[in-house]
Amino acid sequence: MAINPADLTIAAALAHLEKGDFTAQELTQASIAAMQAAKPLNAMITETPEKALAMAQAADERRRAGKAGLLEGIPIAVKDLFCTQDVLTTAASHILDGFVPAYESTATANLWREGAVMLGKLNLDEFAMGSSNETSYYGPAVNPWRGPQGEKLVPGGSSGGSAAAVAAGYALGATGTDTGGSIRQPAALCGITGIKPTYGRVSRWGIVAFASSLDQAGPMTRDVRDAALMLRAMAGFDAKDSTCVDMPVPDYTAKLEDGVKGLRIGIPREYRMDGMNAEIEALWNQGKQWLVDAGAEVVDISLPHTHHALAAYYIVAPAEASSNLARYDGVRYGLRVPGKDLIEMYENTRGAGFGREVQRRIMIGTYVLSAGYYDAYYTKAQKVRTLIAKDFEQAFQRVDAILTPTSPNAAFPLGSKSDDPIAMYLNDVFTVPINMAGLPGISLPAGLNAEGLPLGLQLIGRPFDEATLLRVARSVEKAADFKARPDAWWSK
Amino acid sequence: MSLDKAAVAKIAKLARLKLEPERQEAMTAELNTILSFVEELQAVKTDNVPPLTSVAPMKLRWREDVVNDGGDPEAVLRNAPGRQASFYTVPKVIE
Repeated sequence: MAINPADLTIAAALAHLEKGDFTAQELTQASIAAMQAAKPLNAMITETPEKALAMAQAADERRRAGKAGLLEGIPIAVKDLFCTQDVLTTAASHILDGFVPAYESTATANLWREGAVMLGKLNLDEFAMGSSNETSYYGPAVNPWRGPQGEKLVPGGSSGGSAAAVAAGYALGATGTDTGGSIRQPAALCGITGIKPTYGRVSRWGIVAFASSLDQAGPMTRDVRDAALMLRAMAGFDAKDSTCVDMPVPDYTAKLEDGVKGLRIGIPREYRMDGMNAEIEALWNQGKQWLVDAGAEVVDISLPHTHHALAAYYIVAPAEASSNLARYDGVRYGLRVPGKDLIEMYENTRGAGFGREVQRRIMIGTYVLSAGYYDAYYTKAQKVRTLIAKDFEQAFQRVDAILTPTSPNAAFPLGSKSDDPIAMYLNDVFTVPINMAGLPGISLPAGLNAEGLPLGLQLIGRPFDEATLLRVARSVEKAADFKARPDAWWSK
Repeated sequence: MSLDKAAVAKIAKLARLKLEPERQEAMTAELNTILSFVEELQAVKTDNVPPLTSVAPMKLRWREDVVNDGGDPEAVLRNAPGRQASFYTVPKVIE
């Protein structure tokens, strides 16, 4: 049968593979061809077609032998923040020039163990710092959705390449990471589904660290069922990450269709912000109505410290980043720019190797951690973080999930916000509080705006209850019945 | 709290970042914009609120203090920008 990977979900492809309608090698070949036709999107930093075909061949053999894993033969792509053994890993930064890891991240190793096939490594904001993919050393990835006049739009970020590759249709799924919204915001801007699991659900080992108390990896897919399938394969205990929980991974698809009857869904009043985009607000109200119609009880809740989450985030995240990025010094890997002595070599290497946004965050982080300012900034932000986490804790005594918009706007034109860091940071106003509290959050496409661009809704769940979160998301997904797709202008 | 160019130069020194002279002014302005954005936190009442140390109530695991990896200098050194035998090389640090 003719294969168009853009028409397939992971679940549908698995059914076809199992029936023998096509092989993993045929599917992978179709994905590779579509990937290579999508070069104008600049979603890939490294393509690995030969590796993909070898993995697909092995997948076909395992399936024939009756040993198929959860994702056997499914072509996916990997955010270039995950270390992949013997494959260039860049974090979209000049400073990691030529870095070829000798090891594999646990999250990707889990996916390969379950039979997934790697198409290549995806573009992102440099070190995952950005909300538009424009801070990448390799140039911005482009959103498969275009503006009404054909304007090129950002795919969101930092997992912009991941969202673009899935929305464009060649990757059936992609890995993302989310420190302040980096899975959910690009998923919303590209019309796909993305889940940030609870902090500790997926191992962080082998993922280039940005802010270690906030970072969490998760899947980005075409729909909620695929997110459930892929999360199950990615998650699990890992002794190499001391914050990874030793807790069984459930089959997230088991109760996916159980509906929301009897569940209580909270609507946080503080998310209704002054000057809120009317289309976003209307979609949010629509989402609330869908849940009511499906039998949920929708209640107003208060998360009083929401307004301070973004400010606290922009202290905590840069502080952790400045520590984590101290390792890039030109000695052990990546770029080295010579200097007259060791200190000057460090300074030259880091000055040339890091882009502007990364440098800004290292500077802010260094400042808020420096003697005399630590308490005023860093300790203060961590206290505010306690208050934010408490808000959610109290809310979850009354509700089973929380519904909010994902992003305050749809995809915007390339270059329109890149000169104003604060305008860019505001993209994450609805997603950041969830990372601050370590909770699971999912974004799913729920409608189009007047310009025909996708908008997302976010659901927030209890710690380690991704199963309920996915089930609520599935209910919203059914009601939204989002079928729109970008026209494939890049391959015409 | 607002930073001047000298303070920014000092932070760059602490962060081991070479900041070209023509970037110093812009960097100073950008950092001050961000610092005034986060200033609002000072208004939040946090008396008797402990700083958050872990988002999930988790205890760090213990393990036996034994070597469980290593012995592969080639894998460790494969990305070195400069090496001699089984060592990284750096500019001379001892006169």
